[in-house]
Amino acid sequence: MATEATVDKGKRRFLIGATGVVGGVGAAAAAVPFVMSFFPSERAKAAGAPVEIDISKLEPGQKIDVEWRGKVCWIVQRTPDMLATLPKLTERLADAASGQDQQPAYARNEHRSIKPGVWIAVGICTHLGCSPTFRKDIAPADLGPDWLGGFFCPCHQSKFDLAGRVYKSMPAPTNLVVPPHKYLSDSKVLIGDDRA
Amino acid sequence: MEKMLAWIDARFPLTALWESQWGKYVAPKNFNFWYYFGSLAAFVLVIQIVTGIFLTMNYKPDATKAFESVEYIMRDVQWGWLIRYMHSTGASMFFIVVYLHMFRGLMYGSYRKPRELVWIFGCLIYLALMAEAFFGYLLPWGQMSYWGAQVIVNLFSSIPLIGEDLAVWIRGDFTISDVTLNRFFAFHVIALPLVLLGLVMAHLMALHETGSNNPDGVQIKYQPKDPATGLPLDGIYSHPYYTVKDIVGVVVFLAVFSVIVFFMPEMGGYFIEANNFVPADPLRTPVHIAPVWYFTPYYAMLRAVPSYFGTQVWGVIVMGLAVMVFFAVPWLDRGAVRSVRYRGTLYKTWLAIFVVSFLVLGYLGVVPITIWGQFGESVPLVGGVDRATVVARVFTALYFAFFVLMPWYTAIDKTKPEPTRVTG
Repeated sequence: MATEATVDKGKRRFLIGATGVVGGVGAAAAAVPFVMSFFPSERAKAAGAPVEIDISKLEPGQKIDVEWRGKVCWIVQRTPDMLATLPKLTERLADAASGQDQQPAYARNEHRSIKPGVWIAVGICTHLGCSPTFRKDIAPADLGPDWLGGFFCPCHQSKFDLAGRVYKSMPAPTNLVVPPHKYLSDSKVLIGDDRA
Repeated sequence: MEKMLAWIDARFPLTALWESQWGKYVAPKNFNFWYYFGSLAAFVLVIQIVTGIFLTMNYKPDATKAFESVEYIMRDVQWGWLIRYMHSTGASMFFIVVYLHMFRGLMYGSYRKPRELVWIFGCLIYLALMAEAFFGYLLPWGQMSYWGAQVIVNLFSSIPLIGEDLAVWIRGDFTISDVTLNRFFAFHVIALPLVLLGLVMAHLMALHETGSNNPDGVQIKYQPKDPATGLPLDGIYSHPYYTVKDIVGVVVFLAVFSVIVFFMPEMGGYFIEANNFVPADPLRTPVHIAPVWYFTPYYAMLRAVPSYFGTQVWGVIVMGLAVMVFFAVPWLDRGAVRSVRYRGTLYKTWLAIFVVSFLVLGYLGVVPITIWGQFGESVPLVGGVDRATVVARVFTALYFAFFVLMPWYTAIDKTKPEPTRVTG
């Protein structure tokens, strides 16, 4: 029997350290399945398929909501009057030229869309994910006399213009996202896929 | 009976546990009104656990059935409305009691050496409680449940680089969905209650090791012993003295609690928000969205901080720090005395500023930011900014000043000497 005097403390420390490391690696490896189980399941991923929408019945100035990947997507038929407000706002916007990657390359223009009139966007505020309200009324009492129409987030009061471009010093840091999309015909649009 | 107790004690330290944790635990004899809230917090925890268990028996954690099952509990389950309203009212009462308990700690310096760990376990309980409340709020699957969870989970996506993936990881989906509901249910009914119970146990064990503080901040442990009783001069046994006192507290609490449960369970939309009686709709955000009252001070801070450098992570950081800063309090306070009774004007003023800031921020978090209109464009610095935002910024700064300046104002404050005996 080993007494305190004959114990090789260095060896004991090494053995404790070595078993500790091996055990720790094992515990970390065992944690992987649990951590991974938190990511979207195959079913949730499959639910993210593109959606096809008929826009022929869209009236001037109207907005419709469609669901893509469980998120709300807007399709807005902008009138010429609405489009005319866009250049007037350049000074008051944080990213008027859409410099940040919040849209596919084909929507990096003043109207942030393929066709100037039809604007498609993910209707989720880039701040904390609420869905902004469509406020096409001009100069309403609560938004002030400068309001030319746009989107207003009820959660933290971020303001966006009619192309989803964010105003300066808003809680939302970036413009609204324009999802990948393409026209299948004049009246049919596919959201979620823009490959030819 | 005594024979049976002896039999158990030889196999399990039943008597020893009872005596060390309560029966023979010596506490200062001068506890006042503020000392009700610790035991009341434990009492509310019991209410929440018991009502919670009964709610899970009829609740369905499924996005297509959750809202309906809560209405089923309210309308069809015998006495289900009572159990549900006790649980929802209990959540708010938990925070009221805990906030008063924390204020007591700040007022009497209950976090000072040697009670730092009591305080830290308490802060952890507060964190766990906030998480518990947040997860639970999603379960009724109403509009506020849904959009509240959406906002809070998206706080994480503001973290640079990993944020988006982290938010997806938390939700288990690209948006708040059935998957999220199911896992929040698991957290709410088992994971966090276990953590909470463990922390409460640690909080109490640490307290019973160091001994309780009191309104005078006197350390009764170091007092001479009373020759007649063998206890410190100002010490009494918790049982029966504080057992009886705490029962009085529970009775009064239950009177208040019953009035709320029976006559105003929604508390005008503060305890249960009106929008939560509308089923969750992922495509439509309610016009005015605000968290439940107990989160609003932090929410007001989040809203008040603008985004810089193309990210709004700063508001999230400020909000996180506002909670985390409590952990540092034992080391920020350099005062010569514990209790506010012997502190000078400086500390009293700052404590008042802190309380006012907390209340004002709490109010601002409830109302729309546009409530007081905007400053005129011609006003320097704040032209065109919402008045409420500016007020929130000022009070956020004062909230933090209470903590950041604490090492300074507590050190130079003119204190009165702490007595050696409690003053009653």
